[in-house]
Amino acid sequence: MGQKTTLYQKHLDAGARIVDFSGWDMPINYGSQIKEHNQVRMAAGVFDVSHMTVIDVGGDDAEKYLRYLLANDVAKLDQVGRALYSAMLNHDAGILDDLIVYRMSFGYRLVVNCATRGKDIRWMIQNTDGFRVSLEEKPRLAILAVHGPESVQKVCEVVADSQANQIRELKNFRGIEMDSWFVARTGYTGEKGLEFIFPAEEAPELWEKLLAVGVLPIGLGARDTLRLEAGMNLYGHEMDESISPLAANMDQTIAYEPTDREFIGRPALIAHKHLYESGEVPKLVGLVLEGRGVLRKGQKVVTDKGEGVITSGSFSPTLKHSIALARIPISSQSCEVDLRGKLTGVRIVKPNFVRFGKKVFK
Amino acid sequence: MNNIPDKLRYATSHEWIRIEDDGTANVGISDHAQDALGDIVFVELPEPGTSVNAKDEVAVVESVKAASDIYSPVSGSIIAINEALLDAPETVNLSPYENGWFFKIKVSDAAELEELMDAEGYTKHCEEE
Repeated sequence: MGQKTTLYQKHLDAGARIVDFSGWDMPINYGSQIKEHNQVRMAAGVFDVSHMTVIDVGGDDAEKYLRYLLANDVAKLDQVGRALYSAMLNHDAGILDDLIVYRMSFGYRLVVNCATRGKDIRWMIQNTDGFRVSLEEKPRLAILAVHGPESVQKVCEVVADSQANQIRELKNFRGIEMDSWFVARTGYTGEKGLEFIFPAEEAPELWEKLLAVGVLPIGLGARDTLRLEAGMNLYGHEMDESISPLAANMDQTIAYEPTDREFIGRPALIAHKHLYESGEVPKLVGLVLEGRGVLRKGQKVVTDKGEGVITSGSFSPTLKHSIALARIPISSQSCEVDLRGKLTGVRIVKPNFVRFGKKVFK
Repeated sequence: MNNIPDKLRYATSHEWIRIEDDGTANVGISDHAQDALGDIVFVELPEPGTSVNAKDEVAVVESVKAASDIYSPVSGSIIAINEALLDAPETVNLSPYENGWFFKIKVSDAAELEELMDAEGYTKHCEEE
């Protein structure tokens, strides 16, 4: 038996199929992954992602420390409540993890992947030398993500009026602290939505209230197809320690400026950049299969410039055909995938398929 | 608990077969199998007229989760396929034993049916997996 969130019984009550997720017993779906996916694209759904790891960073040097630790620059967070997506690199510029960092009244809050928790925490502690900084893991906090075009409106129906007024005003990638609650306009679906980071014992009550106004529970299966349609990376798929951010479509998340900011992985990354320009680093693209069949992680890709691999693939419930993310030689023009022994032509597109319920690639 | 009707015979690979009054047999996948696969998004079916041996791969089911081969539970020739599944693969999830049948086969060796499990045997098989 794995670890359980405070919503475990609620998941069972909602008919969840439970699977092991990095040591946690989590809901993969509550019946139909496709229905749940469509619910988020068309209305509103709630995900329990309390298995994710929250780490608060405080102390006089919190900003200095994070500017050294992360490839994106927390100095961009010029106001409390702002959020930033960043890679955490090792010295070879391999990706240790990807994370969200929020600027908080007390310092910073990081949300990192649960599968990489141990190694992230070790790495973070290892690199505190010379910084006056405190790190605190927050295992007693739950995370609920409410996403979909109706999400904000539904949330505002169930929270106190004073909270609703503040939540309604939130802009994308902004959050607000409300006593022991933190609520932010962030997420992993390509839809409008909110994430609640709050005391785990209060999660069942909010869950019940959301379900009572028609928000439906969404499993981690639909979370995966939603993020894939949105072209978002998943650690262990598009990224790992052997992959450069340049080969994971993450160049935009690296803060090269100011050039005098030293961060872990910078020298190696500059070297990657030269290799990338000379075509020696692969790139992450989107693949589209408009015919029958489903692209899957691990399938071999053959292009006019060499071989590549599918890093994530599935059926897109919104587009009703298969899509994938793949790492392929940089200037590839045409592409075939080994689909169960049969080479099948696919189209190369930008790695972004659906935003706000609509097809976005050409 | 998944539905496992009496009167059908079952293969360890989770196909069912039902002998109809005219001596032909319909084949599909069990409720247990469709439930484990999750939402089914594509089905590939054999060509009518094909001769197959028991345990040959004859069809493919793709769900959001994975691709699975479907094996013929018996030897014989394929005499019809359920073309409705090509456009509405979710029928397999909704009605695995009726509208979600895959193909009709003319059984060439009735003795092979005896080697398949009855409902009770299949129930145990699913519990042990």
